[in-house]
Amino acid sequence: MEHYNMNLTLKVWRQKNSNDKGGLETYQVKNISSEMSFLEMFDVLNEQLISEDKDPIAFDHDCREGICGMCSMYINGRPHGPWHATTTCQLHMRAFKDGDTIVVEPWRAKAFPVIKDLVVDRAAFDRIIQAGGYVSVNTGVTVDANATPIPKSDADKSFAAAACIGCGACVAACKNSSAMLFVSAKVSQFALLPQGQAERESRVLDMVAQMDKEGFGSCTNTGACEAECPKEISLENIARLNREFAAASLSSEE
Amino acid sequence: MAKESFFSSSIGRKLIVGLTGLFLISFLVIHVGINALILLNDNGETFNAAAHFMSHFWLIRILEIGLLVGILIHIALTIRLTIENRSKRPVQYAVSAGNANSKWYSRSMGVLGSLLLLFLVVHMSDFWWATKKALYITKEADNPYEQIITTLSNPIFLVIYVIGVFSLGFHLLHGFPSAFQSLGLNHKKYTPIIKAVGTAFSIVVPGLFAIIALAVFFGLVQ
Repeated sequence: MEHYNMNLTLKVWRQKNSNDKGGLETYQVKNISSEMSFLEMFDVLNEQLISEDKDPIAFDHDCREGICGMCSMYINGRPHGPWHATTTCQLHMRAFKDGDTIVVEPWRAKAFPVIKDLVVDRAAFDRIIQAGGYVSVNTGVTVDANATPIPKSDADKSFAAAACIGCGACVAACKNSSAMLFVSAKVSQFALLPQGQAERESRVLDMVAQMDKEGFGSCTNTGACEAECPKEISLENIARLNREFAAASLSSEE
Repeated sequence: MAKESFFSSSIGRKLIVGLTGLFLISFLVIHVGINALILLNDNGETFNAAAHFMSHFWLIRILEIGLLVGILIHIALTIRLTIENRSKRPVQYAVSAGNANSKWYSRSMGVLGSLLLLFLVVHMSDFWWATKKALYITKEADNPYEQIITTLSNPIFLVIYVIGVFSLGFHLLHGFPSAFQSLGLNHKKYTPIIKAVGTAFSIVVPGLFAIIALAVFFGLVQ
């Protein structure tokens, strides 16, 4: 694709802290290369703000390789912007053209309060993982990798679910701010494997209870999460979570 | 950790919404089937016989109570879910490209359901109530066929019915496959079939209701 430069109008959410009301501020950026990533464009804007003695825009980022799940911008009405299965850091400026106006907002959910500007607190996800998103393994000798047979299709589905990077785009995209796609991926990756069986029931019950406690909404199957997920986590996982939860609730002795 | 009760959990409640929804769908099959007898154009003879059977057979009377309970549970749970879900995003987005990732009717189940409920209030007060009144209060022989002809010849009622049928169609288009998903039934082989059947159902059943109403209004049924 041909390289080109563009001038853009950015409307970015600015909010000093969690108590501040916040609002959209308009900025102009010039000579943005089509080869830049979206975050590099933000770096340019922040350099510009610093040179003008203004407060740079706070935004989350870490690996900038699309695997850490830190970046979290709601771009022109869509989490991670217009490209399918792409994180904000992997979104390139060639997705836009000269003269475009781009509105950038933080994830919006009661469970994800804004810390500053575009940075939201996603610790609710960590607490859901702490509630049961793990496998307890006693230390001992290393077990041969092939000692436990796992059907290929289960391994594939588990791996696909484990691709979830916990960025929260599903919550941001959902009209109910539901975290079901995230939780279903985390439950599925273990429920499909032999290693996950020991804590299978308590895991799903505890993680769903924590999810509800954190103030996420409930799933109404609009499918927005799957459509916006940068890791293409499937709605099949949500159905599996529904199944796992119903079965565990039914057989639970508590 | 303190366990959450199944019925207070978000997933448990959605499962019940799905179950009651499927139950209500099964009722629609019977309802449209009996209504379609009007199209036989035999002066409502067959239709009246079927309606009489439905309003007098004891098993159907019991199922009718179940139906009412099903509707009330479905409505109560979804109203609560809708209000709760709305509260989960205190600050709204300035820009939202909703259609890029989901269907408008999937996001509008609350509105479509409310339209359906309004329609049901009108519908119950003219047909259901009239039948019950004739059966238990005035003890007259009622003629539901006559009543359909009178009601649907009125353009205002026709418009209300068409709106009801429209809401029903889109409510089903999302609700039919969504119920299976809420029950945890998602399968590579069967889900495409469920979706196809759901789409066909959402077109055929409301379509038949609409055709019957229009046929009556334009005097094609005598």
